[in-house]
Amino acid sequence: MAGSGLAGHYRGGVLIIDSVTYDAIVAHARRDHPDEACGVVAGPENSDRPERFIPMLNAAMSPTFYEFDSGDLFRLYKEMDERDEVPVVIYHSHTATEAYPSRTDINLAQEPGAHYVLVSTRDGADSPSYDGPVEFRSYRIIDGAVTEEEVKVVADYSNQGDN
Amino acid sequence: MAIELRVPTILRTYTAGEKAVKGDGSTLAEFIDNVNGTHPGLKERIVEGEPEELRRFVNVYVNDEDVRFTGGLQTGVKDGDVVVVLPAVAGG
Repeated sequence: MAGSGLAGHYRGGVLIIDSVTYDAIVAHARRDHPDEACGVVAGPENSDRPERFIPMLNAAMSPTFYEFDSGDLFRLYKEMDERDEVPVVIYHSHTATEAYPSRTDINLAQEPGAHYVLVSTRDGADSPSYDGPVEFRSYRIIDGAVTEEEVKVVADYSNQGDN
Repeated sequence: MAIELRVPTILRTYTAGEKAVKGDGSTLAEFIDNVNGTHPGLKERIVEGEPEELRRFVNVYVNDEDVRFTGGLQTGVKDGDVVVVLPAVAGG
C-alpha cells in the first residue's frame, strides 16, 4: 500500500499505522474540506504506535490554517498524560496544495517526537464520488528540518515486533 | 511548598529531561523568571518582546485556566499551583 514499496526512497524512518486509523484520517480530511482538518493519534509513551484516533476541531476554521483550540489542547494533553500516552501522529490536511509541510507548518512544529502526517484533498479528492488515491505522507519536523518517511499501512500492530 | 511547572517535551532540553520543575513567585512573570534562574533558556521560549508577552504559539495554564483569560503574565500564582506550558498545535 501507500509507500510500502518505496522504502529506499526515504532518508527518514517509517510510520507504521493500521488501516482503520489511516482511513479515519483520510475520511476526516475529506469531510472537513474546504477547511483544513486536524487531529492526533495517541499511543503509549515510547511505543511509536499510533493507537487512539482523536480528531480535533480546527479552531481557525480555515482552508489555509489550523490550530487546536486552547482548551481542547489542554484537555487532550491532560488525558494523554493520565494514560501515559504521547501524540505519536499529528495530522492535518492541505485543501489546495500537496501533502508537504508549508513554511508555517515547519515554523510551528513543536513536537519533536511526533510523526507529522499531511493529507491533501486538492483536485476533488474530497468529493463523495472520488474513489482514487488520496495523498497521505508523513514527516519528522525537528528544528526546522523536514525529513519525509515511509508510510507502512498494516492490518493491525500484532506482528510489528515491539510488543 | 512551591509552584510546579509542567514542561513540554520540546523544552525538556532546558530541564535535563525533567517533566516538571519547581519555582516560586507571586505572579506568572515572577515565577517564570524564578524558574529561568535555575533552568536558563526556558523563559525566552515562553515569553517574547518588550514589554514582555507570552509567545503567540505557546499556551500557558495556571490550574487548568488559560492565562490569556486571567491576566496573562500578571496572573497571580501561589504555593501549590500547577503551571502547564503547551506549545500550540498549529500550522498552515
